[in-house]
Amino acid sequence: MPKWFQRIKQGILTSTEEKKEAPDGLWQKCPRCKHTVTTKDLKANLFVCEKCNFHFRINSKEYFEILFDDKEYEELFPNIEPIDRLGFVDMKPYAKRLQDAQKKTGKRDALSVATGKVLGHAMTVDCMNFDFIGGSMGSVVGEKIARSVVYCIKHRQPLMIISKSGGARMMESAFSLMQMAKTSARLTQLADAKLPYFSLMTDPTTGGVTASYAMLGDINMAEPEALIGFAGPRVIKETIKKDLPEGFQSSEFLLEHGFLDFIIDRKALKQRLSDMIEMMTGEKTEKQKIGSQ
Amino acid sequence: MTLQFLDFEKPIEELYQQLDQVKQVGEKSSVDVSSTISELQQKIQDTRKTIFNNLTSWQRVQLSRHPNRPYTMAYIERICNKFIEFHGDRNVKDDKAMIGGMGEIDGQPIMFVGQQKGVNTKMRQLRNFGMPNPEGYRKALRLMKLAEKFNIPIVTFIDTPGAYPGLEAEERGQAEAIARNLFEMVKLKVPVICIIIGEGASGGALGIGIGDKVFMLENSWYSVISPENCSTILWRTWDYKEQAAEQLKLTSDYMSKFGLVDGVIPEPLGGAHVDYETISHSIKKVILDSLKELEPLSADERINNRIEKFATMGFFNDGNEKS
Repeated sequence: MPKWFQRIKQGILTSTEEKKEAPDGLWQKCPRCKHTVTTKDLKANLFVCEKCNFHFRINSKEYFEILFDDKEYEELFPNIEPIDRLGFVDMKPYAKRLQDAQKKTGKRDALSVATGKVLGHAMTVDCMNFDFIGGSMGSVVGEKIARSVVYCIKHRQPLMIISKSGGARMMESAFSLMQMAKTSARLTQLADAKLPYFSLMTDPTTGGVTASYAMLGDINMAEPEALIGFAGPRVIKETIKKDLPEGFQSSEFLLEHGFLDFIIDRKALKQRLSDMIEMMTGEKTEKQKIGSQ
Repeated sequence: MTLQFLDFEKPIEELYQQLDQVKQVGEKSSVDVSSTISELQQKIQDTRKTIFNNLTSWQRVQLSRHPNRPYTMAYIERICNKFIEFHGDRNVKDDKAMIGGMGEIDGQPIMFVGQQKGVNTKMRQLRNFGMPNPEGYRKALRLMKLAEKFNIPIVTFIDTPGAYPGLEAEERGQAEAIARNLFEMVKLKVPVICIIIGEGASGGALGIGIGDKVFMLENSWYSVISPENCSTILWRTWDYKEQAAEQLKLTSDYMSKFGLVDGVIPEPLGGAHVDYETISHSIKKVILDSLKELEPLSADERINNRIEKFATMGFFNDGNEKS
């Protein structure tokens, strides 16, 4: 077969059903290398492909269980709920979108907050849920982040925010824009209190989320091969009218250009957090180090 | 500068054409046209009033982009008796879409920062249509920090269709540059006044938009996304931009009602471009009045108020959650 005729990009072959965000069913196929594993084995491997290290998209519940000791944690502010203040209607009313998303995900909005212990260190983790309207940042996301900063200052704890979002939520217009200001404003207080703030960017992190709290970590980290950027690749392509280079806006690209401290495998995250907290705060715990989960 | 008219201003344009014709007749012949002229001028005023009292959101968006609209430098030139422009972010280059410098209003030194659009085709390209790259935001921050060092209040003029979505902008960290500005502006020890003079699109606008006082000109807009892009994403076509503009509630009256801005600066009938002097005078007054209000406060009080102001923005049902 002539070379120009061959399909080079694997992504084109990905069918819709393979794009599932939270893996369910008995068997799972890696979207990248097509390796098939049981859901149980995939979960045991923290939703990372054992063959090619592809990191499946997971949500807050999975991250909390991976990070917190003995999977024990307390969810904070779970009852804060979105309101359609603007009465926004596009092809579907925003109120209906919210209802549908709540029904689909069983969550009230796109961010969950939990506090617990990570290898003995008390810390709070805010985690975005991509399956709730694309993980978009509206007033509830902003409010929960703002409150978790206040909580961390009150309880002298480090904070980590796990970002996974298409950006600000259009249906809340300027209110969602102001969440960038709101979260940044509260984060200055966390910084003043000399408490560590870790930002973990996962696939995808774009728009107003990247341009506010995701980039403001004392330590900026990312999972391997995540898409991270300000403008989306399609918009940039349309603007410059050229194809984008391979790996553009990937975690590796951001590391190379100086915007990440490091890329971290999901499996190594817990130990790494504990190590950093110990060095940054001088806090040592009795808890034994985990060699393997 | 020849006055240009928008599609909804057609009736006014026609009256202006009539006026021109009558004036020509008056010049060429001995016919007394003075009463017809004043009649027509009155009619222009009346028609303007009718049209401008019932502007739709999309029409205001169009006004904010009017080709004759004053841009940042036009205001600085009119309200300052002295102005020295500064360049560069000391790192990559000088971003022409973001200007800044030190000026003096009635003896009061001020650091100005703002997006700048071009006034003709060549300048529009040079100014990148008012879309800054990361170095623009970093230049802005450098100048704001300089102002802080010498205890000079800061005024920012916001007028951008967005931060530039380019390849190099991403390489140099557009998101980080904007995020850094949000974080640092919150902590500035000097008074900060932000004025949206035209387009206030998204993070590109907010990147110089954290202030003790935030004002909007009457026919400016402020939103998380432009109506066109919103239409493209939510309706999958540009055709719903009018509807998107309506839904986004991005005009100054809504923004003020929502408490997201501190005030609206009224524009002359017909828009800011009809009378540069009047609107510049209004802006100058707002700046001086705000400074009078902000200067008695200590730096800590101002910072605290700034944090609490932005940290309470948003709407939600708190579900009786204790914080």
